[in-house]
Amino acid sequence: MTIQESATMPVKVRRATKSSWTGLAVMTPILILLALGPYILGRGMQQNLVILFSLIVLGTMWNLLAGYGGMVSIGQQAYIGIGAYGLVYIADTLGIDPFLAVPLAVIIAGVLSLPISFLAFRLSGGYFAIGTWVIAEVVKLIVEQMDVLGAGSGVSFMAVTELSPGRRIAYVYWLSLIAVVIAVAVTYLLMRSRLGLGFTAIRDDSVAAGSLGVRVTRSKRIVYVIAGMGCALAGSMIAANTLRVQPESIFSVEYSAFMIFIVVIGGIGTIEGPIVGAIVFFALQQWLSDFGLWYLVILGLLAIIITLVLPRGIWGLISGNGKIRLFPVGYRLVNPLERFSLIKEKAPVGDGGAPNA
Amino acid sequence: MTLLKVDSIDVHYGDFQALYGVSVSVAAGETLAIIGANGAGKSTLMKALAGLMTPTAGSIAFEGRDVTAMPSFKRVGLGIALTPEGRRIFPSLSVEENLLVGGHTRRKGPWNLASVYEAFPLVADRKDRIGIHLSGGEQQAVAIGRALMSNPSLLLLDEVSLGLAPVVVEQIYAALPAITGAGTTVLVVEQDVNQALKVSDRVQCMLEGRTVLEGAAGTLTRDQIATAYFGI
Amino acid sequence: MEWLNAVLQGILLGGLYALLAAGLSLMFGVMRIVNLAHGVLAVVAAYLGYFLVDKLSVPAFLCIVIVIPVMAGIGYVLQLGLLNPAIARGGLAPILVTFGLAVVVTNLLQQFFSADTRSIQTGAIATDSIQINDEIAIGVFPLVTFIVGVVVIAGLQTYLSRSRTGRAMRAASDDKDAAQLMGIDNRRIYAIATAIALGVVGLAGVFLGMRTQFSPTYGDATLIFAFEAVIIGGLGSLWGTLIGGVVLGIAQAVGAQINPAYGILAGNLVFLAILAFRPTGLLQKAVNS
Ligand SMILES: Nc1ncnc2c1ncn2[C@@H]1O[C@H](COP(=O)(O)OP(=O)(O)OP(=O)(O)O)[C@@H](O)[C@H]1O
Ligand SMILES: [Mg+2]
Repeated sequence: MTIQESATMPVKVRRATKSSWTGLAVMTPILILLALGPYILGRGMQQNLVILFSLIVLGTMWNLLAGYGGMVSIGQQAYIGIGAYGLVYIADTLGIDPFLAVPLAVIIAGVLSLPISFLAFRLSGGYFAIGTWVIAEVVKLIVEQMDVLGAGSGVSFMAVTELSPGRRIAYVYWLSLIAVVIAVAVTYLLMRSRLGLGFTAIRDDSVAAGSLGVRVTRSKRIVYVIAGMGCALAGSMIAANTLRVQPESIFSVEYSAFMIFIVVIGGIGTIEGPIVGAIVFFALQQWLSDFGLWYLVILGLLAIIITLVLPRGIWGLISGNGKIRLFPVGYRLVNPLERFSLIKEKAPVGDGGAPNA
Repeated sequence: MTLLKVDSIDVHYGDFQALYGVSVSVAAGETLAIIGANGAGKSTLMKALAGLMTPTAGSIAFEGRDVTAMPSFKRVGLGIALTPEGRRIFPSLSVEENLLVGGHTRRKGPWNLASVYEAFPLVADRKDRIGIHLSGGEQQAVAIGRALMSNPSLLLLDEVSLGLAPVVVEQIYAALPAITGAGTTVLVVEQDVNQALKVSDRVQCMLEGRTVLEGAAGTLTRDQIATAYFGI
Repeated sequence: MEWLNAVLQGILLGGLYALLAAGLSLMFGVMRIVNLAHGVLAVVAAYLGYFLVDKLSVPAFLCIVIVIPVMAGIGYVLQLGLLNPAIARGGLAPILVTFGLAVVVTNLLQQFFSADTRSIQTGAIATDSIQINDEIAIGVFPLVTFIVGVVVIAGLQTYLSRSRTGRAMRAASDDKDAAQLMGIDNRRIYAIATAIALGVVGLAGVFLGMRTQFSPTYGDATLIFAFEAVIIGGLGSLWGTLIGGVVLGIAQAVGAQINPAYGILAGNLVFLAILAFRPTGLLQKAVNS
């Protein structure tokens, strides 16, 4: 959809749809039920759900980057690691309350991501992707040289071990659930803001959007910083869940692979997509865990096939290509004379849609 | 003999229909001019003939052979060449390389580097220059030379004169007799009606995706053309 | 003297990096896509070489003659079957598809060859060296690799600038619709480009496997080094890629001379410095935009 059209045609922008109210009605009880998790579920199940929650946060953040900002990053593990190490360092070494340490670690990631963005943004498309990866490798190599962070062997998260295991797990569970809500809410609000409208324009036509006064680079930078913070949040959840942070695993490019699979499979460019994708991914991972690395082979093939034949992913299939929306962010241009005629929206993975291609 | 026979084609850009049942017939050796105002669908017709767009209805036959769905690169081998609107010179290639790429299909015929240079002295002078550094007139001459390199039996020229000074237009059209003389049939798209009438045997006028007037260049009156051109 | 030695070894290492990077550079130059499976495809070539030499007892250097055409064939099919459709989809599709491919191939290699490290045995040449003086010796194998790297890049360059197909590749890179109007079948031209790129990757992968221990995940580092060589040298210039490879090789060798743990980090930092201060690379646009 184009801004030009909305400037010249008698259209009205509306966001809420009937299905979105249904969405709210469905989401609220699910959320309440999930919040009761620690009273209902065993510890192992809670820890598993924390993994799922962190995958949802990661997928949501990656989707923010790629699905809205058109940036394919394979280096978000840099921020996952920063969040994990940040939490452990602030809580254990500096002795700050662990629950305060989480937002602090997230802020540190945000502060670091700003200068990093200036480097990364010198590249575009596939080279941007590898560039972000190199940056993540550099962060890892530097951490491996730092004795305060346990160098190559990593650190254990001690601060929360004072709590009884049941309590600790419950707290981490709630924290993760809150993180999911925050990640989804931030994305939702961001996309409903003027920035979001600008992004729809960028996604459809970067050059035109630039000439229309959408400050493309600035908007992308904002998204990059927010995605860095979100990934750091997920990283701190992972650290709190596993109580151990090691450079080789927390900075692993596998996280990027997971994020990409989650978003591509679920459906890029929608808020629901990464949630659906994370659930499917998590289920596949559990289900195929007996088959060694075959699950990654299968996921990789699935991602390729979906990219080529079903670019809106599973959510696109479920929602009938965007007719059902739990989170109505895409501005739908509605002709007041014909209330329900919708102007066709472009797929985010489509012909010439992405600015970085 | 009919070289090209277009039988009531429709062409769409997505949901937008640009051509409505357009038919064109070109005999071997004749020069046809397509005229029409901006947005009439002239370039769209050229794209359909060259294979850059596929008609949604109707058919295109070339030398008696159906080419409606044939991709553009194969049509060049059959002898259809288009100098597209906007010239589309390869910017990083030199003039000579542009011409050589034009001869990619290695189709036999009278045109080669030497004969193109002879017909367009302007091009010969600039042969080592990079495409991006050419002036508009130079680009147009190279674009025609490049199309000739494929030794087409049908040459499609889309708005050769657009944006060029009258002197340059004269120079470029001066090469036309050499082209037709070598046995190439030419189909020109022109907005300049006088120019079109001067160079062509027959004129076909388009308006909003349809053919509204057709006739031998000498028989049409100015009024007829003006009415057809503007649709008034 | 030991610093001079480090620089010398770095230059020779750069020849291998240039060889690894040439295919990445070529594919980007022609199709504007970045093949994220590039690194792991080099590792596939290394495994192929290993399989031929170790299991089928093919003489070490003869295996190259088999690996190159096999990889080229894989490239041709890959382009027609997967990459052309991805390019036609546009947007993020080429990046996502090649990334997916990288993950699939890496894990398939793990399944078939396990995560153990391997190397291709070359016999005496692996250790032969030319003694310059007491402290400096040039390994025969690194020297051969370097010379091959320079020759291959010169060959590719000549092919692109002089041959009919090379010219068609540059034309398609400039304007693919206009190229079609010249009778060029883009999809086939792309397939030839990828076949050549992977043929070179095959050669590079075999050299890599002869030089170092590799495992299925070695493709990650390979992709990163190739990418750094391309960016340091400047996009779209094959000679730049050679220079980029050499600069990266020197940075790694000198870094490792300071402290063995700093080798790769030093290479990455030089890359980031180039990105920060000379983002167009050292030698931009010498050949093809
Ligand atoms: N790529 C495109 N996408 C959508 N519509 C297009 C596209 N190209 C042309 N059109 C539309 O198709 C119609 C015919 O365009 P065409 O370019 O064929 O006209 P033309 O006769 O060549 O005009 P001109 O003399 O200005 O070159 C126009 O209404 C134009 O807006
Ligand atoms: Mg036109």
